[in-house]
Formats: sequence, structure tokens, C-alpha cells
Amino acid sequence: MSEKKRLVVAGYGMVAQRFLEAFAEREAPGWSVTVLAEEDRPAYDRVRLSAWFDDYDAGALHMGGAPDGVTVRLKEAVTGIDRERKVVHSPSGETPYDALVLATGSRAFVPPIAGSDLPGVFVYRTLDDLAALKDWATADGRKVGAVLGGGLLGLEAANALKLLGITTHVVEFAPRLMPLQVDEGGGAVLKRHIEALDVTVHTGRGCAGLEGDADGVRRMLFNDGGSLDVDVVVVAAGIRPRDELAEPSGLARGPRGGFTVDAACATADPAVWAIGECAALSLDEAGGVCYGLVAPGYAMAEVVADRLTGGEATMARPDTSTKLKLLGVDVASFGAPFADGLDVVVTDQVTGVYAKLLLTDDAKTLLGGILVGDASAYPTLRASLGGPLPAPPLALLAPAGDGSVKAELPGTAQVCSCHAVTKDHVTDAIAGGCTDVPGLKACTKAGTGCGSCIPLLKQLLAAGGVVQSKALCEHFTYSRQELFDIIRVRGIRSFSELVTAHGTGRGCDICKPAIASILAVTNSGYILDGEEAALQDTNDHFLANIQRDGTYSVVPRIPGGEITPEKLIVIGEVARDFGLYTKITGGQRIDLFGARVEQLPQIWHRLVDAGFESGHAYGKALRTVKSCVGETWCRYGVQDSVGLAIELELRYRGLRAPHKLKSAVSGCARECAEARSKDFGIIATEKGWNLYVAGNGGFRPRHADLFLTDVSTEELIRTIDRFLMYYIRTADRLQRTAAWLEAMEGGLDHLRAVIVDDALGLCEELDAQMARHVGSYADEWQATLQDPQRLARFVSFVNAPGTPDPDISFEVERGQKIPARGPVPVTLGGAR
Amino acid sequence: MTTATLTITWTAICSYSRLEAERGVAALVDGVQIAIFRTYSGELFAIGNRDPIAGAQVMSRGIVGTRGDTPTVASPLHKQVYDLRTGECLDVAGVAVPTYPIRRNGDAVEVAVDKP
Ligand SMILES: Cc1cc2nc3c(=O)[nH]c(=O)nc-3n(C[C@H](O)[C@H](O)[C@H](O)COP(=O)(O)OP(=O)(O)OC[C@H]3O[C@@H](n4cnc5c(N)ncnc54)[C@H](O)[C@@H]3O)c2cc1C
Ligand code: SF4
Repeated sequence: MSEKKRLVVAGYGMVAQRFLEAFAEREAPGWSVTVLAEEDRPAYDRVRLSAWFDDYDAGALHMGGAPDGVTVRLKEAVTGIDRERKVVHSPSGETPYDALVLATGSRAFVPPIAGSDLPGVFVYRTLDDLAALKDWATADGRKVGAVLGGGLLGLEAANALKLLGITTHVVEFAPRLMPLQVDEGGGAVLKRHIEALDVTVHTGRGCAGLEGDADGVRRMLFNDGGSLDVDVVVVAAGIRPRDELAEPSGLARGPRGGFTVDAACATADPAVWAIGECAALSLDEAGGVCYGLVAPGYAMAEVVADRLTGGEATMARPDTSTKLKLLGVDVASFGAPFADGLDVVVTDQVTGVYAKLLLTDDAKTLLGGILVGDASAYPTLRASLGGPLPAPPLALLAPAGDGSVKAELPGTAQVCSCHAVTKDHVTDAIAGGCTDVPGLKACTKAGTGCGSCIPLLKQLLAAGGVVQSKALCEHFTYSRQELFDIIRVRGIRSFSELVTAHGTGRGCDICKPAIASILAVTNSGYILDGEEAALQDTNDHFLANIQRDGTYSVVPRIPGGEITPEKLIVIGEVARDFGLYTKITGGQRIDLFGARVEQLPQIWHRLVDAGFESGHAYGKALRTVKSCVGETWCRYGVQDSVGLAIELELRYRGLRAPHKLKSAVSGCARECAEARSKDFGIIATEKGWNLYVAGNGGFRPRHADLFLTDVSTEELIRTIDRFLMYYIRTADRLQRTAAWLEAMEGGLDHLRAVIVDDALGLCEELDAQMARHVGSYADEWQATLQDPQRLARFVSFVNAPGTPDPDISFEVERGQKIPARGPVPVTLGGAR
Repeated sequence: MTTATLTITWTAICSYSRLEAERGVAALVDGVQIAIFRTYSGELFAIGNRDPIAGAQVMSRGIVGTRGDTPTVASPLHKQVYDLRTGECLDVAGVAVPTYPIRRNGDAVEVAVDKP
């Protein structure tokens, strides 16, 4: 019997997710945590909901799931709370709680107009809403759509309709767009921007009703007597807190809804808390106010996690500043832009930029402001709220010449509003030894929310005297690119040679793998000989991927994802004979987990004998070139996508790079291989191939940019050769192609100038370097198996080579073995 | 507290030449897993093989280097760096791995694991 206290969370949206993470971070082993969620999937990034229309990939919005040990019950909405007995009701029964956290969010508000229940009328809140909207709007004959509401949500929905190929109208009752965030001047500039995108804007016009029949909505009627024929309508008229559990359970509601909570986010019942959009936070206002932004919700999540673990955190008044990019237009509003005070307004009709600052009457204190068209001053301005302006207003607002305002912010200014980090926090961290943005993120959390403060973090680092050094680590003052040039030009062949002549000390886990990767390209040879062996990360050193329990996973190459039944059988047999856990990867191959060091050579042996080779899943190297089945089988295909994928994968296999490289080839524009999320992606056209570069999945997804259109296979490969070599030469350590391109001065145009037009005269060298790579490729597994000295490294214990690590143990889950999940103790205190 | 008498028993692990510079090996001594390192300058170090943060026996597979003048090894799992001389974690206060006496005896490398 467990004595644990029971924590129940109702709702699994963004704020619940943050709460679970914050609670897990505080390590409270005395609690068991259960989440009851209405939706059929764990929390996803609702803020970026519209990004779903880019690729219809709901997985890209996933927020990482619940921390270990949390029980999540999806499609299990809480239907009632019995506070007396401390249980919540849901369709499958009762769940008892000692603490209950309500995180039920909001629902879309649909005003009571006739016809709002017709087919073809949608709201814009959940992934399911978007999927239904897409299905309807892309059906034959649907041409014209109207969005009801010209606020943030409405403009996002308008963008979605446009992307779906619908002629789009936005109807806003207020006299301007985004009435809650921007003033009249800003609204006018915004309207011009939006109209330039072929969206018709009807401001100052109300919708009086919708007409239609069982086949769907047909017409929107306006309150001025006019009408508009429509095939689809999206209602984006605001949100209402999901507080339907309040009344039946006797919890107080705010004047505009929401569970009333105090500064500790507690309701009047000490066992019940509310966070996020469903909470009506009452600091001094009676009944409380709901906040429809994610940052205040995150702050509430932190407060409750702290309180439940014995802390005393309280909510400060939330910052409702926002910065958005709507249909490509920057819009920011911060502080209290509508308060009384002194206005400073800059309007530039030519560039479509509008900026307003609101100051106290003595012009000493910044109260708020609005920026439309160019929001580059936003981080500085938001951080100056409540204090003096760091520079004269016009200097701050003038179209950013270099953007680097010599900002002298007060120490209490909030730099990161997502995590309430002040300038003092950041400067202290810098004084304490943080020297870069990742360091600041790790020790202050600043910049890990919406990311809009990162430019400011960089400025503060520079101001703190940290020369934004590109130094790789304490052993080298050079950037990776500079080291690459030094190694290449001076013909350096080993780490010792380099560190003796151009560095200090004996290196570390940062510089050694980075230099090993450079040497692998410039020397092009086996990566585990002589001194190079000691440079490699354990993954490269053992040519396999280390897992949490110290075992390794093995991934044989399956070029293009094409494999014969015979080879599939061999993989199955190897997995069975060595007792390995098997999983199909996202890169269209098979990962075999749970191999001990001393088993690796035996496993490779079997695989190599069957014609497999290393898949380099362990390396900062080319991983896979994924492909769809293409013209060979698919009735839509226009080129042989599998053939090209195999050719590319074999060409670039083993190529060491600053980070891993992924690729894919799709056989037609339907893009089944998801090529646009790859470092280099290829989509077949009737006339040849389109090349996309610098895409990324992962933590910060980015769609690849179109780089070449309708080119031949030959031209395609030549360009990819150069793209990869230029990347390998010039990128920072662990910089994916996406970040590399984003940081590149001149961006795509520069890249094109260098690798297509040969503006730097580099192409010949890049081509030669790639030719050398292709010519010298050899399978690392085989090379290891053939050499007894290399093989000697693959033992469990140097003095007991046959004894397996006695600490490795497994348990069985869903018919396969997995690492035993014993407690993971941490040794504290001094040695011994 | 009474004073316990400790007998130091040296156990031979492998030949010195078997150790590659800056690349660790694991050894098993009386059921205790030990990570053994030879630095670039030829010094020898022995620490516990278990990564105290991840709980896995992997320290011997970390990258050896220096931080300032301190010889170090980084956990291959999550990259925390440890002082090879004291076993102390330089990145997380209060965390440490045990250290063991190690010596070179002719061509043999020997460690001492004290038994109570
Ligand atoms: C298109 C769009 C764009 C946005 N853009 C921004 C932006 O740029 N910046 C910004 O700050 N904010 C933005 N927001 C708002 C932001 O998404 C919300 O503030 C945030 O999602 C609130 O999180 P939450 O966890 O409180 O609620 P939600 O994310 O709504 O999660 C609540 C969850 O609880 C579930 N639930 C409800 N009732 C029950 C019940 N009885 N039992 C179990 N489960 C229940 C719901 O189904 C839902 O899954 C945007 C919202 C949308 C829709
Ligand atoms: S991308 Fe085109 S060719 Fe490839 S599977 Fe999809 S529809 Fe077929």
C-alpha cells in the first residue's frame, strides 16, 4: 500500500504541462500525480497552433509529454468535483485527491447569432478544430471564407484560410483590427499590411447572422444590411474560461468567469488550485481577472508547484505584453498602452511602420506602447517598463539602423517575462561566469520561453564585457570555423599538434569531438586510430549510441529505407540471438537496443556478413536519406525518389559534420517523405528536382527554404556537395544547418552567391573535398572488425574481458526487454 | 570512533602499455567497478566507474582533458566534468565519485580497493 499523497490535475494543456515539469523538478517523492485530460493527446503547443497548417504534422507541436511517473488519462474529462469527499468524477469513475489543480483553459466563444451551428462554421482552438476546418475548406467548390473577429486569433485564422486557398474576409465589429492590443493608428497601419496580402478587411461591421442549409453555410449578413456569400466561416470572437466545474462544486467564479484564486493561485478551498486561462487571478481586484496568454499561466504553474512542495511563491501582476508575427507583420504591444499619459507616436506610411510609446506626464517613466510593422525595439522597451527610457524615444523608435540601442536598463527591469528574470539576475549570472546565451538559459531560464528576449541577452553579455567570443572552449580562443581553416591551411593532422601550437591544456569534451570531426573531414580516414581515438565521444568511440544504462544501440544503414526480406530477417535474427530491443526509427531504419560493449563486435560481425554496414547513427554525420516509394509504385509519383535517396545516402554516408545531417526525397509535391523538415530535402517535379535547404525538426522546427527548382540530378548533387562542404567548413560546433543559415549574414542570397555563383571562388575546393570524402569512404564497423588492436577496446573490463557489467539488468515490457527501472540514487558528499 | 587498521592490497589490472593516453578502461576488482585513466603526461588515475548522476557504470568511457590545471573526465552520458584527482564533480556541487590509489609497478598498473 502506498502512503503517497494524491495530486490530481484536471486538464492537460500548456499550463498543465509546465506545472507537471515544474513539480517534477522539485522532486516531491511523497506525491503520486494523475492527469485527467479531455483531449485525446497530451499537451501541445497551442501558441503555435497555426503552424499545423505548414505541414499538418501534429507531432511537431508536441510538448514532450508528462515527466516520468505521472499517470495521464486521455479522453477522460473531469465532470464533477466532490469537495467534501475529495474526489473528482469522470466517465470511468472517481479519482480521489489530496490536492486538485484545475488547468482547464478556455473555450472559443461563439456569440449568439443565428446560424452559428450550421455546417461549415468553425472555431479555432484545438488541433481537432483545425483538422475539421481543413477538411471542409479543401473540399471541392469551397472558395470564399470569412473570419468573425479581427483580433489575434482572427488574424491567425485568416492566415489559415488563405493557406487553404480560400478568398478571405475578416469581419471586426470594432473600428480597427486587434482592438485589444493596438490603437487606431496602429490598427490603420496593420489593416494596410493585411489588405496588401489580399485579405479583405471589414472593420466597424458586425455580423447579424449566418444563412445556409444542411449542406453548409452560404451567406453572412451584416448589421448594416449588406451581405457576403461564403462557403466557410471561422468564429474567432474571443475566449471564455472553462469554469463549468465551479458552480456545481460551489467554487467562486470571477466577474467574467474563471475560478477565483488568490496570489497563491489557491481557491477558497485549500486543497483546490487553479492555473492558466481558467483561473481568475485576484490580486486586489474583486473576483479576479483571467489572462488569455501563456506566460501568466506558466507563472501560475510555477507558483503552485512551489506551494505544493512547501514554498511560499506568489503571483506578481502578470505582464500582458505580446509580440506576434501575423501574416508576416510584426505586432507588439506591451505594458498599458491605453493608459493616460504622454504619447510619442512615429508613423511611417512608406515602410508601413507604426510605433507609439506611452510615458508618464513628466516623460520619465515608460507605461506601455505599441509597435506595428517593425518590432525590433520590443525587447528593450518591454524591459524598460515602469522605469526610465534607456534612450530618447525617437532614437529608440527610429527604424532600426543597427538595432543596437545603447540601452542602460535599470537592474530591476524584467528581461524575460516568461520566466520573470530581471536584468540583475542576468548580469549576476554573467558576473558568475556565464559567457553565452545557452549558459544564461541554463542558469537563469531566461530565453527558454518565447525566446523574444534573446537579442537582449546578447546585448547584456556584450555590455557585461563578455566579448561574444566565438572561442570553442577554454582550450581554444578560435571559433570552429577558424580552427577548420587553421587545420586545413597548416595541414595539421592531430589534436596534440593543434593544441600545442594553437591552444592550451589538454582539451575537453567540447573541443575534442569538434576537432575530431574536423580532422575526419580534412584527413578523411578511420576515425579511431592513434590519438584520434581519445578525441571521440563515447558514441563515436564505440561506433554505437550510448543509452541511459550504459548499454549501446546499434543501427545498420538501410539506404533510402529500402530493404530486402532476407536482410530484414537477418536483423530479426541478430536481435533475437542477442536479446536486443528493436524499434523502427523515424529515419526509416531499425534500431537495436541493449547491446553491451563486448557484444558490439559480434553483432557487427553478423550484420556485416549479411551485407550491412554502419548507419552512423552515433556520429555527427549524415544519418539517413528518407524516401517515399515514388514513381516506382505510387500512382502520383513523378520521379524515382527511392533511387535518388539511395544514391545520396551512399554518397554522403560517413561524412562528419558540425552536427547530424538528415535528408529526404519525395516523389511528388504531396511530400510524403517530409523532405522540408530536413537539412537538405528534395521534392520531385515533372521536370526534375526541387532542392530545399536548412530545414529542421526537433526542438525548434523550421521548414527548409526552396533553393533550386526543376534541376537535373547532376546539378542537384553538385549543389548539395557544395552546400554540405560549405556548412562543414563554416558552421559553429553543434550548429544545425537551420541555425547556421539563420545566422549567416546575407542568408539564402549569400549562400546562393557562394555555392551557385561561386562568388568567393571556393567551389572548386569544396567539390574536391567532397570528391575526396566519397573516394575514401570505408565502413567503420568492418574496419574495426578487421583489426585486432581496434577490437581490443571492446571489452567490458580490461582485467576480466569476458565478464559482463554486473550492474546492467533488464525487465520486460510489451514483450521486449528494457533497462530495469530501479531507483537512480545520487551519491552526495565528498569522495568515498 | 576507533581507529581501523587498513591493509592496502594492490591488485594488478593490466600492463601500462595497454592504456591509451586519455582513454579510460574499466576494471572489476572484488566486485567493484573502477575506471582507470592514463593522461597525456602519463599520470594514472582510478575513480569509481559509476556515473553518480545517471547511475550507469560508464565513467571509463568519458572524454579525458583538463580544466585549468585540473585533469578531468566528462561523463559520457550527460557531460558533467569530474576532477580525476579528487573525484569531485566540477559542475554539480556535492556530487563526487570515489577515488582509488593507483600506481605503476614495473609495467603493471595496480589499484588498491580497501576492504574493511
Ligand atoms: C491559435 C492560438 C494562438 C495563440 N497565440 C498565443 C500567443 O501568441 N501568445 C500567447 O501568450 N498565447 C497565445 N495563445 C493562448 C495560449 O494558447 C493559451 O494561453 C494557453 O494555451 C493556455 O493554457 P492552458 O493550459 O491554461 O489552457 P489550454 O491549453 O486550453 O488547456 C486546457 C486543457 O484542458 C482541457 N479541459 C478542459 N476542461 C476539462 C475537464 N473538465 N477535464 C479535463 N480536461 C479539461 C482542455 O480540453 C484543454 O486540453 C494562443 C491560442 C490560440 C488558440
Ligand atoms: S510524395 Fe508523391 S510520389 Fe511520394 S508517396 Fe507521396 S504521393 Fe506518392
